[in-house]
Amino acid sequence: MEMNIAIKENDNLKMDGDIRIKVKAHHLSVYYGKFRALTDINMEIQERKITAIIGPSGCGKSTLLRSFNRMNDLTPSARIEGEIELDEEDIYGNNVDVVDVRRRIGMVFQRPNPFPKSIYDNVAYGPRLYGIHQRGVLDGIVESSIKQAALWDEVKDKLHQSGMSLSGGQQQRLCIARALAVQPEVILMDEPASALDPISTLRIEELMHDLAKNYTIIIVTHNMQQAARVSDFTAMMMIDETRSGRMIEYNSTNIIFTRPEDKRTEDYVTGRFG
Amino acid sequence: MTDYNELLRNGVVKRRLLRKSTNVFMLGLTGALTLLALVPLFWIIGYVVYRGGSNINIALFTQMPRPMGVAGGGVLHAIEGSIIVTILATTFAVVPGVLAAFYASRNPNTPLGVALRFSTDVLSGVPSIIVGLFGYALIVKPEKHYSALAGGVALAVIMLPTIIRTTEEMLKLVPSNLREGSLALGAPEWKTSVSVLLPAALNGVITGVLLSVARAAGETAPLLFTTLGNDRFDVGAIVSSGITNHQSIFAIIGRIFNSPIDSLPLTLWKYAQQPYPERVNQAWAVAFVLLVLVLATNIIARVWIELRKRKLRG
Repeated sequence: MEMNIAIKENDNLKMDGDIRIKVKAHHLSVYYGKFRALTDINMEIQERKITAIIGPSGCGKSTLLRSFNRMNDLTPSARIEGEIELDEEDIYGNNVDVVDVRRRIGMVFQRPNPFPKSIYDNVAYGPRLYGIHQRGVLDGIVESSIKQAALWDEVKDKLHQSGMSLSGGQQQRLCIARALAVQPEVILMDEPASALDPISTLRIEELMHDLAKNYTIIIVTHNMQQAARVSDFTAMMMIDETRSGRMIEYNSTNIIFTRPEDKRTEDYVTGRFG
Repeated sequence: MTDYNELLRNGVVKRRLLRKSTNVFMLGLTGALTLLALVPLFWIIGYVVYRGGSNINIALFTQMPRPMGVAGGGVLHAIEGSIIVTILATTFAVVPGVLAAFYASRNPNTPLGVALRFSTDVLSGVPSIIVGLFGYALIVKPEKHYSALAGGVALAVIMLPTIIRTTEEMLKLVPSNLREGSLALGAPEWKTSVSVLLPAALNGVITGVLLSVARAAGETAPLLFTTLGNDRFDVGAIVSSGITNHQSIFAIIGRIFNSPIDSLPLTLWKYAQQPYPERVNQAWAVAFVLLVLVLATNIIARVWIELRKRKLRG
């Protein structure tokens, strides 16, 4: 990681190591029945960076995010064309286990969704799914996951209280800890702070910065300032005339927010519409 | 501007009396009608307590019935019977009911889901005497004898719609992102249902079960055709004869399930029509016991839910 062979042709890309593509969407289209919700998405997402997906409501940001861990499989009418690769392997391939995809690509939702269980059991839920039941091992995983989610000091004395008893921001960090407990490589965040107050939002954003040292993060957000604050790269999406979502621009966050190539991106990020 | 202000102030003062008296009148009216609506409830409870309470004694719970016309004795056989038939019915109804509710809530628009919903509605409207006939045709006729088992099946049919409906409603209330949260961790659908959805909906499921138990325990009609009732029957007799004959526990239980059995509502129904005043008094006492049981079940259900809610809130 110390080899500084980054291509320096674009210094806005804040490269500090070798570039490695973690997730790649290749000619991705998503259909709900006959409706094409996403059209021809191509993007390469770098490892250990935060990539934001922005765009007006209904442009398919969440659909795209949910394609990355195959959550769209849960919608009976949903179908995809093209490929999504994780470490250059098609996650929709025939011999790919969806459970393994979801373990490697974790997800944090818009509204905090702790299970109606204790804080401990919430975090231990994932490891237990994969057959880890030894108390000592679980204790270690739970502690390190909650510490990584910057929640340990607040809950260490009440691990056996219900996860629902925490505040909204704490609940969201608990959900992040729960996602971390199965050691994912990528974390998808679907507007993770939109249901939280500004202080909690700030804490989540700080947490994302810390997590990006070890994880690849893809975040959908409505909040332009948030995208500008936290992300390294930003993808701008819009719907075309058939109401299908398209990616109109994808670049380093710095460029998207200072000198975007597309007029629509400029209008959107400067708040002229959307 | 001041004139208008003055007018407004005068208007407020002038109308104050009318406003207040209307308020008092309407409040009184709604209160009185509420009391009127509560009258039948307390009348029934009060009268049953009055007539039944005075006939309650220890013997009622500990003794078998005496021969007709002889004072004293109790309805131990009916209490045993009610407990056994209700346990049987609950056993038969809970698992299929909860599973059906899971299916219906996950697949509301499939043909089977629609059929399930529709037939649940129809089933809850079927007169209970017909459910009794169903038990008769299904078990009593082929087996050629009345049995606790047949009664349990009939009561289970009575319980099913309530269990399916309440469970389904409760599952609907579980936020969908809870389910997604579990699936996103790689949990399979069944594991999500068992470890996340069921605990989240458990309060409601248990209320549904308890409410349906309370309803089933008070049903008479389904038992007329199925358990028949039997004054001399005593579970104790089967158990003791089974033990003296070194029968296995399963054989003893099998014999209990396979025999006609009495129950509280059935006893109430039979005793109430007999010409002996002591039997009629016992019928009142049985009514009292039934009422207390049903009320207690409801109260336990509600207290239990309240405690769980508090625990969840932490």
